[in-house]
Amino acid sequence: MPGVLVRKKLAAVEEIFHEGGPVSSIPLRRAAALAVIHNPFAGAYVQEIAGFMDDLKPLGLEMARSLIAALGGDARIVEGYGKGAVVGSAGELEHGALWHVPGGYAMRELLDGAKAIVASAKKVGGPGTRLDVPITHINASYVRSHFDAMEVGLADAPRSDEILLALVMTTGPRVHARVGGLKASEIKGEDGLR
Amino acid sequence: MNAPTRARVRKIATFLEETNTEMGRPINPPTRRAAAVAVIENPCAGKYVEDLSELMAIGEELGELLTLRAVAALGIPATSVESYGKAAAVGENGELEHAAAILHPKLGAPVRRVLGKGAALIPSSKKRGGLGVALDIPLGHKDAAFVRSHFDGMEVRINDAPRANEIMVAVAVTDSGRPLARVGGLTKDQIKGEDGLR
Repeated sequence: MPGVLVRKKLAAVEEIFHEGGPVSSIPLRRAAALAVIHNPFAGAYVQEIAGFMDDLKPLGLEMARSLIAALGGDARIVEGYGKGAVVGSAGELEHGALWHVPGGYAMRELLDGAKAIVASAKKVGGPGTRLDVPITHINASYVRSHFDAMEVGLADAPRSDEILLALVMTTGPRVHARVGGLKASEIKGEDGLR
Repeated sequence: MNAPTRARVRKIATFLEETNTEMGRPINPPTRRAAAVAVIENPCAGKYVEDLSELMAIGEELGELLTLRAVAALGIPATSVESYGKAAAVGENGELEHAAAILHPKLGAPVRRVLGKGAALIPSSKKRGGLGVALDIPLGHKDAAFVRSHFDGMEVRINDAPRANEIMVAVAVTDSGRPLARVGGLTKDQIKGEDGLR
């Protein structure tokens, strides 16, 4: 299988103090790691693509590690996560799906076997496409306070023969979360849902 | 790092961009640029305010905070920064002059204090816009504005800012010029660094 060629990377961190309400004593932080890679399948229909998932594993781990580092280096601070991909115009949506396993399991591995499925979004788009990466609690998908999203993108990516890959981690609930539902303190942590 | 006290800060974002290849050519070491962006309440929104000194003071405070954050994102000694730039986007209830008050009178001095030098003018851009507006931060060499390899720009945006009564303020720093600079002009090894131009 072809190797992974990375053209550029972006690390973005948001620190949110308030959103019109009380200033949080511990600001919410969201971090995103983006990598723009060459799409080895661009320009033609290729039947066998699944092997590329293995090639992407080291990049997934590197990006997940960089997110934990960007949030201070202690994986225990991470409470939410998500992933996504934007495939350039000469590729197909299925190429973005190659990111589910290497992106998701890299984060779950580094977050002590996080139990919840990693929420995701993907699409085909041109340079400058913005992607709303969905975010949920790492151990229980139903935790309502942690439903969130982070918009990411790069002005010059993805080019037609590229894929933009994204991983996102957050340190807590929405800054003024108050719409009820399952609380993080009520997680059973058995099935990844509740 | 805590939020500053003078400005009412809603959020701070940092962006670190690294280019590893361009047109199939490896960029080694990669070119890297970082920006720090604060979203603050605009104390002068919604009315004409003659005296903008409050915004000038906020600019001074943000000059230091954003430069420290951007340099930290870049992960190099502050004295190794090669180029810089600044920009602001004012929400719809503010005026362009509010961006000028933040950027021009007092923001530059703390930027230079953090970097140890900075003989050149800090290139800037400003605009008024709505949520998610793209801010193109111009970049130029910090000690000699004519260094052609370092003329550049960095686009940043935050999807939920600036709200109508907010201002987005950005400082960007780099460890390098463009990835494959080859259009001549003054090079960085020719810098005299006396007048800020050459």
